[in-house]
Amino acid sequence: MQKVAGKVYRVVGPVVELEEVTFLRMLDVVEVGELKLVGEVMQLKGDHAYVQVYEDTTSLKAGDLVYSEGQPLMVALGPGLLGTIYDGIQRPEELIEKQQGYYIGRGVHLDALDLKKKWHFKPVKTAGTEVKGGEIIGEVQETFLIKHRVMIPPDQAGKIKKIVPEGDYTVQDKIAELETETGTKDITMLQYWPVRVGRPYKTKEGITEPLLTGQRVIDTLFPIGKGSCVAVPGGFGTGKTVVQHQLAKWSDAEIVVYIGCGERGNEMTDILIHFPKLIDPHTGRPLMERTIFIANTSNMPVAAREASIYTGITLAEYYRDMGYNVALMADSTSRWAEALRELSGRLEEMPMEEGFPAYLPSRLAAFYERAGHVKTLAGNEGSISIIAAVSPPGGDFSEPVTAHTRRFVRAFWALDRDLANSRHYPSISWLDSYSEYLIDIEDWWSKNISEDWLELRYTMMDLLQKEQRLQQVVKLVGPDVLPQAQRLVLEICSVFKNGFLQQAAFDPIDTYTSAKKQFLMLKSIVTLYKASEEAVKKGSNVSDIREMPIYQQVLRMKTDYPEDKLADLEKMPDKIKAALQGMGI
Amino acid sequence: MSKELTNLREYVGVDEIKGPVFIIRNVHNVGYNELVEIIDEQNKSRVGITLEVGKGYAVVQVLGGTTGLSISKSKVRFQEKPLLMGVSEELLGRVFDGLGNPIDNMPRPAYKEWADVNGAAINPTARDYPNNIIETGITVIDVMNTLVRGQKLPIFSGSGLSHDMIAAQIARQAKVKDDEQFAVVFAAMGVKYDTARFFIKSFEESGVLERVAIFLSLADSPSIERIQTPRSALTCAEYLAFKKNMHVLVIMTDMSNYCEALRELSTVRGEIPARKGYPGYLYSDLASLYERAGMIKGVKGSITQLPILTMPNDDITHPIPDLTGYITEGQIVCDRDLHSRGIYPAIAALPSLSRLMKDNIGEGHTREDHPSLASQLFACYAQVKDIRALASIIGEEELSPLDHEYLNFGEEFERKFLSQGYNERRTLEQSLDLGWSILNIFPPEELVRIKADMVKKYYKPRPEQEEK
Repeated sequence: MQKVAGKVYRVVGPVVELEEVTFLRMLDVVEVGELKLVGEVMQLKGDHAYVQVYEDTTSLKAGDLVYSEGQPLMVALGPGLLGTIYDGIQRPEELIEKQQGYYIGRGVHLDALDLKKKWHFKPVKTAGTEVKGGEIIGEVQETFLIKHRVMIPPDQAGKIKKIVPEGDYTVQDKIAELETETGTKDITMLQYWPVRVGRPYKTKEGITEPLLTGQRVIDTLFPIGKGSCVAVPGGFGTGKTVVQHQLAKWSDAEIVVYIGCGERGNEMTDILIHFPKLIDPHTGRPLMERTIFIANTSNMPVAAREASIYTGITLAEYYRDMGYNVALMADSTSRWAEALRELSGRLEEMPMEEGFPAYLPSRLAAFYERAGHVKTLAGNEGSISIIAAVSPPGGDFSEPVTAHTRRFVRAFWALDRDLANSRHYPSISWLDSYSEYLIDIEDWWSKNISEDWLELRYTMMDLLQKEQRLQQVVKLVGPDVLPQAQRLVLEICSVFKNGFLQQAAFDPIDTYTSAKKQFLMLKSIVTLYKASEEAVKKGSNVSDIREMPIYQQVLRMKTDYPEDKLADLEKMPDKIKAALQGMGI
Repeated sequence: MSKELTNLREYVGVDEIKGPVFIIRNVHNVGYNELVEIIDEQNKSRVGITLEVGKGYAVVQVLGGTTGLSISKSKVRFQEKPLLMGVSEELLGRVFDGLGNPIDNMPRPAYKEWADVNGAAINPTARDYPNNIIETGITVIDVMNTLVRGQKLPIFSGSGLSHDMIAAQIARQAKVKDDEQFAVVFAAMGVKYDTARFFIKSFEESGVLERVAIFLSLADSPSIERIQTPRSALTCAEYLAFKKNMHVLVIMTDMSNYCEALRELSTVRGEIPARKGYPGYLYSDLASLYERAGMIKGVKGSITQLPILTMPNDDITHPIPDLTGYITEGQIVCDRDLHSRGIYPAIAALPSLSRLMKDNIGEGHTREDHPSLASQLFACYAQVKDIRALASIIGEEELSPLDHEYLNFGEEFERKFLSQGYNERRTLEQSLDLGWSILNIFPPEELVRIKADMVKKYYKPRPEQEEK
């Protein structure tokens, strides 16, 4: 950037006030000082401008020059995004490491995509075709799994004048010429899009298909669909990050964008080291091939943390527009909100509850609204599901970020401190969580798995509610005074909690459970309840029934039956019936 | 004016002094977050950092405190560089103030390098995932909350609890392999001399004092110095770990005092407070300290942090423990109830957690039964807590036989497993076996968190049960 846009007037942490500002507009990107630190215009006041700087501002002084091209913050889009680790403003961290060593220095200017690498481009449109924005003109095999569909930029349209033949091209090579109303435009694979503007689509559609996660408590009790928004709130140590990791690993989205927003460095390292070794159960390929990482850890500059969420969702939208189902994990949106608060404080804005700015709810709403199941401009279907971790201070769900997030998401997986303390993971509370997407996707389950699914689920949820009430009684008077039928409810819920809800993320078999297996397990436990209930009616004692080996077998279903042995698990309900038939006579 | 003087950029007189901060006007070309030297009327020098710079003015925080500074006679020199600290291996065995000046009446150590005390963020791609456990010799930590090299594991405690002893015991017993070098960096922020003395004595007794670098900013030093103390200590630790390949354990006590100093500074500057008057950037600020722990690919050394913080009113939801818990990789929580029953170490097993444990225990790391044994102990002890609550209402007589076994288990867990001597070091093997020896109070079927073959291999019934 060459054009001088103003001078530094004042420096307060990550916020820099400029004077003698000439052409700057709101949200334009600027470069500050000799090191050309990247920043973004947040406020304009006469010939003064307030800029949030994405890097440490040490040594900036009044009078330093500020440069700008008058462009907003953009991300580079094109083949090569998958498998890359970016910081909050899309600088590739592996290259930063090569250039700067193990500490992140300042004033790094690197291309987000490899400009030299050649990609094998295959045109799917011919010269002379009329194309609209978002239409696919060619394909590149980006990774073994993902075909990158090269699109006409959404804001352009016209007639293809020329298109290159199949061959190897860099992202900057001209692959087509477009004749538009305003003259001929060159199309390359490398395109840019401003991060704070949602990419356009044709229409928003309803949610019909589940986003299967392989996590039993989620898929069976609180399922979400492709295009959903879900919040995962939990105090520290309740397992938010493990839930996020599990979903990034096992959810059946085609693309995963993982945003580590203001979280621990070692956690990102955990992902970066373990993901390349993990194999996707749906495709048998390394998970890296479908994942983009944005790692802006808690000690990296706070303004870049604010931007990382937008960078992530824009990349997600780009793949959605190609017709893919994208899952976006944001860990954690509270850190993003805190970044907003910090910057707002430095801008001396009027604070609201707990110091957060008044625009927090509208920013949250706008972010979640970028999710959804859409018909793309090219007429394909694509979706973005947002799985957002929330870190409420003190585990208090009434704090502003959790409370406002709740207004904009339709599913809520509340993580429970008591469950986590007893190492019941995932510690998703079955009493406080909900999913409004259940009604959207029940059709899918009844068509593809079983018509009984919804009823079985409700039976189990009903038992859990009953158990909660009974536990209140037990807390006061002990379990012995309860009638046998009610003691049975306690026992069955204990089986369900231990044998179904609890799922070990680090056990090779237990870590992922297919929809089919979840259904069979659920059915077995409900069968166990029904059969035991019969036996109790006939006069059996619950403690005698509980001692039967079949209970142990049900408890161990999760690890005893790997996915390739489901045929054996199908026999479980009959086995249960047979085992309990003789009881109580 | 000579050229040299111009470079020094000396000004006489400041415009406003407020708490640890002063404002100076009519200055130019002052960089943000840079070093300032202030000479008071007695010709004594103190250092400061620019907190805010603007056209024609600068706001400076004086790290030595502003006591005795005057408006008209203070001389201010802008150094045009960030605050740097001299580091070398000679820092080991020495005592410094919070800014890194020696206070042990010995000559200044020879420095090999000057390092920025604020450090820099480690690139996530350059980090190595912590993968070596530290055997602390304390059963409840080794079995249930395993400490890993490169981890940051704070001790959440309350006033009057045994956190200092636990930290000292860990520092003394933490084993490294023979061919590896270790070092301890100890930072005391706003604690009483007695506390510092306790640690120094403990290092002395175990004969490691010459491997320890000590940074003291005691309760009577200016509170502003506390903000710099952990930074100085970590700068020293980073040099030893990443340049000299040592395994460094950093003990920082008390983080609550650090946060209070930060709040004080923030109030003076008139910033908008977030929770309980603490500044909105408390999380980012704490992260800039805690995240300096870790390991780096291709470098042998490591930094393990053991920050200690006393929770005001034992309230774990207070912003300081709360934000700390969100950054650190778990926590060791001290329990007042256990402590008053005379149990040492008084570590509450359930809310304590080590996040890095999962990938570093079990087959190939410790012992195959470790993960499921730990999980079973957690589950059983959680059950104990429920049953105790029940027993306090309906009385122990009304409990079922199994519940009674749980109560006995709870008692044994606290008295045999948790409790151990301040000088007692148990090997991991011993600790794991101890776990089995209290779990066998239950019949093997009750141990649902442990796989059947594991139970078969390690479960040994109690003699009296065989008789039954």
